[in-house]
Amino acid sequence: MAKSNEPFWWALFGAGGMVAALFMPITIVITSVLVMCNAETPDQLGRLFGNPLVRIYLFVLISLPMFHWAHRFRFTLVDLGLKAAKGPIAVLCYGSALAGTLIAALLLLGIWA
Amino acid sequence: MKSKEYIRPMRAMWWLHNTQLKLFMLRELTSVFVAGYAVFLIVLIAKFNTRTPVPLGVDPFGDTLRCPAALVFQLIALPFVIFHSVTWFNLTPKAIVLFRGEERVSPLVIAGGHYALWVLVSVLILLVVL
Repeated sequence: MAKSNEPFWWALFGAGGMVAALFMPITIVITSVLVMCNAETPDQLGRLFGNPLVRIYLFVLISLPMFHWAHRFRFTLVDLGLKAAKGPIAVLCYGSALAGTLIAALLLLGIWA
Repeated sequence: MKSKEYIRPMRAMWWLHNTQLKLFMLRELTSVFVAGYAVFLIVLIAKFNTRTPVPLGVDPFGDTLRCPAALVFQLIALPFVIFHSVTWFNLTPKAIVLFRGEERVSPLVIAGGHYALWVLVSVLILLVVL
């Protein structure tokens, strides 16, 4: 049987899907609905964004769901008929998720910007 | 030499064929909003980081949070992400097969457990934030 790195990407897809399913809806509610009706002010959210535990939470909520997208979107594009560009699509999708992860890590560690 | 293998032609809009396929494509589309919100969080963190040294009265972090485009995007993304959660939890019994002794744990219990966890997690996060 040919070796495949599919299980690796699938594991990230699964982890990201679970993280997004459990944590993303409520986080969106906080940063949109609660901000709109002033139940959560930017000052309050700012205090949270400075907290190291919240930064770890944000890192997980950014990185894993991006890999979830990469894996799902990759196959969607192929399903929509871009079979010829299969290779570049995979590189572009997983590459974007890797780049997003790296940028998030640098920003959250305060190394960049 | 070119392969003589027959490749069935496929139109890009094959998924408009029936409701099942449309729902499938809608589920795949949710991932775009999941990634979109992740990008929004990256922007928020970047704005937060530039916040401390800016002059009084300037608040890039607050402006980004209250920016109408960001709010509209999030309000559109929210139902898609909830649809992701629902389809994801509905599939958990297919991915997780548990046995209690000889008996298979009911798929309803596994999916239901995930829904319960979803509610619990959401309430806990709200309690921390509010």
